[in-house]
Amino acid sequence: MKETRKIAVTVNGKRYEEEVEVRVTLADFIRHQLGLTGTHLGCEHGVCGACTILFDDRSARSCLMLAVQADGHDILTVEGIAPSPDKLHPLQQAFHEHHGLQCGFCTPGILTTLIEFLRDNPDPSEQEVRIAISGNLCRCTGYQNIVVATLDAAKRLRAEPTQSQVNAAQRS
Amino acid sequence: MKPPPFRYHDPKTVGEAVGLLASLENAKLLAGGQSLMPMLNMRFVLPDHIVDLNRVEGLSYIRDTQGALDIGAMTRQRDLEFSEAVRARWPIMHEALLQVGHRQTRNRGTIGGSLCHLDPAAELVSLATGYDATVTVAGPTGQREVAFAEFPVAYMTPAIEANELVVGVRFPQWAAKHGYAFVEFSRRHGDFAITSAAVLLEGDAAGKITRASVAIGGMGTVPRRAREVEQAIVGQVPAGTLFRDACESCRKLEAIDDVHAPASYRQHLAAVLSRRALEKAHARLLEAHAGGPH
Repeated sequence: MKETRKIAVTVNGKRYEEEVEVRVTLADFIRHQLGLTGTHLGCEHGVCGACTILFDDRSARSCLMLAVQADGHDILTVEGIAPSPDKLHPLQQAFHEHHGLQCGFCTPGILTTLIEFLRDNPDPSEQEVRIAISGNLCRCTGYQNIVVATLDAAKRLRAEPTQSQVNAAQRS
Repeated sequence: MKPPPFRYHDPKTVGEAVGLLASLENAKLLAGGQSLMPMLNMRFVLPDHIVDLNRVEGLSYIRDTQGALDIGAMTRQRDLEFSEAVRARWPIMHEALLQVGHRQTRNRGTIGGSLCHLDPAAELVSLATGYDATVTVAGPTGQREVAFAEFPVAYMTPAIEANELVVGVRFPQWAAKHGYAFVEFSRRHGDFAITSAAVLLEGDAAGKITRASVAIGGMGTVPRRAREVEQAIVGQVPAGTLFRDACESCRKLEAIDDVHAPASYRQHLAAVLSRRALEKAHARLLEAHAGGPH
């Protein structure tokens, strides 16, 4: 009994049409079928947060979704965060500079979680950052440098003109 | 840690979903997936069919109508968390939701899924108990309503048949000036509560309590109201050790022993947390009557 379905999904701006077994999780689909191994799997039951992706711009644990549920939806993984192959996103740059990771296993899930968080809350307090990453387990850093990096990234993102501001300036 | 094989169904209407439930053996409904998916990954459940409700139309809404909040079963916890109506008139729900899992799980988790999973430590289950919420259930012969007091029939077992599904839930509104507090103890932020207390209070400007609801979560096999506490404080103007004395009765409530805590510890927590929640709720009640934020 191996039921499959054909799905169309956009991942990091690229459209994929794939045949998937209906019981395959979204996380396994992203890693094994699309070959995007930046999304990590730690616990596979929704506790560690390593597999967090953005599903229609909202963070979600990809181990707790089926690939077939992604049909027609838009996904962002850690591979899609940087603006170009040779330039890191300000959040990634801050993690790099502040030693916000050691082994890096939890980092993809933490970055995707924080992309959504900083979009909704551009000027967070330290406590708010700690709550925002409370669903992501990191066993190396003790979270200290993750929090430092996030607060610094928030500052950089606030200073950086957003695309809409750039567009408005070009129009005037 | 991979789901077992199953047949997958994604109905587009409630009628289709009910029809599938009537014709399929050993089917499981998939709502937000934040409980069922881990259970599938760990193979705690082995359904032959998954009926995914995520593409069913018309089950995601928040309506503030006639003194009640009507919520569609597939409404995401996150949408409730960010709802202005919830914040303004059901503020305890906002306070409780911030303690439901994490942003990543609230983005997917639904109110209907949480109520049907019926974990006695779940925050939304405690709230539904405290509010005497009404659950609307759809089945082959139409819809019926179930009072939340009748909803849990046993540990994690709701009063719905295998061919029925929950389509909505209604939370009545308390007076515009009411006090509220949701207080819980858990090991880590976002965990299920080891024990929780949800308190709603109505009263007059002098502080006299005219109506009270105290719901204790995480204690027994089903969530329950602390009726003795409610009876001890209604009609009283809180002073001295009223709350402390009233909450002592929580030490007699049924409690479970598990890996997280022994029953005696939960009973102690119930007494302490309900007192804290009452104090916080009463302060907010007075603040509301004084015209401050509530």
